[in-house]
Amino acid sequence: MLDAAPRATPPTSEPSELLRVENLKVHFPVTKGVIFNRQVATIKAVDGVSFAIRRGETLGLVGESGSGKSTTGLAVLRMLAATSGRIIFEGRDITGLDRLQMLSIRQRMQMVYQDPYGSLNPRMTVRNIIGEPLTVHGFDADRAAMRAKVDQLLANVGLLPEMADRYPHEFSGGQRQRIGIAGSLALEPSLLIADEPVSALDVSIQAQVINLFMDLQERLGLTYLFIAHDLAVVRHISTRIAVMYLGRIVEIANRDDIYKSPLHPYTEALMAAVPVADPEIEATRPRVVVTGEVPSALRPPSGCRFHPRCPMAMAKCKTDDPELITPAPGRAVACHLHGG
Amino acid sequence: MTAPLLQVENLTTRFRSDRGLVTAVDGVSFDVQPGETVAIVGESGSGKSVTALSILRLIPDPPGKIANGQILFEGQDLLTLDDPGIRAVRGNKIAMIFQEPMSSLNPSLTVGLQVAEPINQHRGTPWAKAYELAQELIGRVRIGDAASRLRSFPHQYSGGMRQRVMIAMALACAPRLIIADEPTTALDVTVQAQILDLLKEVTRETGSSLILITHDLGVVARYADRVAVMYGGRIVEMAPARALYKSPRHPYTRGLMASVPRLDGGGRRLVPIEGQPPNLADLPSGCAFAPRCRSAIDRCRNERPALTVAADSHLRACFADA
Repeated sequence: MLDAAPRATPPTSEPSELLRVENLKVHFPVTKGVIFNRQVATIKAVDGVSFAIRRGETLGLVGESGSGKSTTGLAVLRMLAATSGRIIFEGRDITGLDRLQMLSIRQRMQMVYQDPYGSLNPRMTVRNIIGEPLTVHGFDADRAAMRAKVDQLLANVGLLPEMADRYPHEFSGGQRQRIGIAGSLALEPSLLIADEPVSALDVSIQAQVINLFMDLQERLGLTYLFIAHDLAVVRHISTRIAVMYLGRIVEIANRDDIYKSPLHPYTEALMAAVPVADPEIEATRPRVVVTGEVPSALRPPSGCRFHPRCPMAMAKCKTDDPELITPAPGRAVACHLHGG
Repeated sequence: MTAPLLQVENLTTRFRSDRGLVTAVDGVSFDVQPGETVAIVGESGSGKSVTALSILRLIPDPPGKIANGQILFEGQDLLTLDDPGIRAVRGNKIAMIFQEPMSSLNPSLTVGLQVAEPINQHRGTPWAKAYELAQELIGRVRIGDAASRLRSFPHQYSGGMRQRVMIAMALACAPRLIIADEPTTALDVTVQAQILDLLKEVTRETGSSLILITHDLGVVARYADRVAVMYGGRIVEMAPARALYKSPRHPYTRGLMASVPRLDGGGRRLVPIEGQPPNLADLPSGCAFAPRCRSAIDRCRNERPALTVAADSHLRACFADA
């Protein structure tokens, strides 16, 4: 006999999880024609991505251009509409929330952008830039408290209160990135999504901002989704790392495992491609050279998307799309070599 | 040591700007041996690109001007050549590869024509023959199906393929020296490795020298024989790559190494260089790095240290490193 009562759905997220993304897809239509506008193709920028971030950890999201890492970040923030899939944040499914409901969620998750020049309004003082989110969310009734809050935020990112009345052009790239971070912390979010936050900075300044991210995490208990293409930076800052290729996650592992024992041939090639700043180590490192470049997301290869460039590709890889499986606790890989 | 292929002596390049006269390159001297890869490493504004452009006299004048120095290439001072003279060197004996290949390629000409052009121009090879050679070069930089790719236009190529075309063009006249200015900064890491491996391989095959300009200490470690570190328009340290990484002598070099996260060393806390890069229009009277330097002594703030020998072929410009 069939059980009439529907079975209780298992809890979708553990309490330690801050964010869970399930089978996220973000597809963009490609249209042609002015009068008879019709869809001729679909760009599957993100095509079935699943991952979870625990409270207080940093998940690094790496990949080359076109891998879908930035699109994933924007979709989690609901700044881009997901085609399908679920985004569960602080235990709540936010995928279907409307604008008004999202307003309260956005206090809890904030974005840090790459370009500290383009993301700050040149006509606003630093005080107004940092205070703007507070105004938008209606926390500006008490002006003295606002001032104190902005001063506190500036101090948090290593800037001085007297800098508050200056304009963005008076600051260097590193200082502007600090201002951007201060603004994103104004509403005391639990999750920061940082998209290439240090790649526009000079090396000597990069370290200052990376250290700031790590200090803030420790002090404020923040959780980061850290999106970047620089593997050395990501390995330095992350607890775990997810590697993306053409809209898919191909591997997730702890930051040391992903460097020392990568499972996916793409991860291995990516690690081998990045030179280590030591000529003696470089002289002895094995070289895994992948040929070719990332194909267009408009026409992703059949089967495993990496197979045309993969030195280990088998017949199966051309036809069967490998699933993301869990070969060991804390690790996930999508590759037929590992039973995907 | 054999005679150097290139010897830059006391090169000074200035630009007029609305902030006053900016000395982008300030008394730079170095040499490049035949077959050697020399990396010039530095952050933005350090003068590394201006040094490269000055060698080929590609500084836009005005506002720029090479104020002083000598650039001896195969014994001839490039700064004294007239315009036809320097044009005969550019793209012929010294080739240059830039960061953004799309802006160095003519979008309205086929790739074949552009690769064949320097052969026709510099060598006087008839077009038909030059075109054949172009096909050979395109194959050598591993662009498949060379014959049909020659008839394509640059926009039909991917970023990595365009950079391969630039390398093919650079190789066209079998140069003695290739200057590559951040040749892979715009490319993805797996493609970066392919392009730099290719560049290294072709220079090894032809015995030509390579000046590699980059901000990436990893790239330097993998590809360079010798390294010049620039800061504030000057070379602050120059040494064979291994010696530089093993025992950096200048506080700026040491600072750079401590501030860069490494793929093979997670967790180690980064030690940033405090403060900001110098303003070239308003350099301090002493060492440009002194305001950010932990080892600075009084003398550093008043006097500019010259590049002097610290150990076997290891030079540094620092009063604190005795």
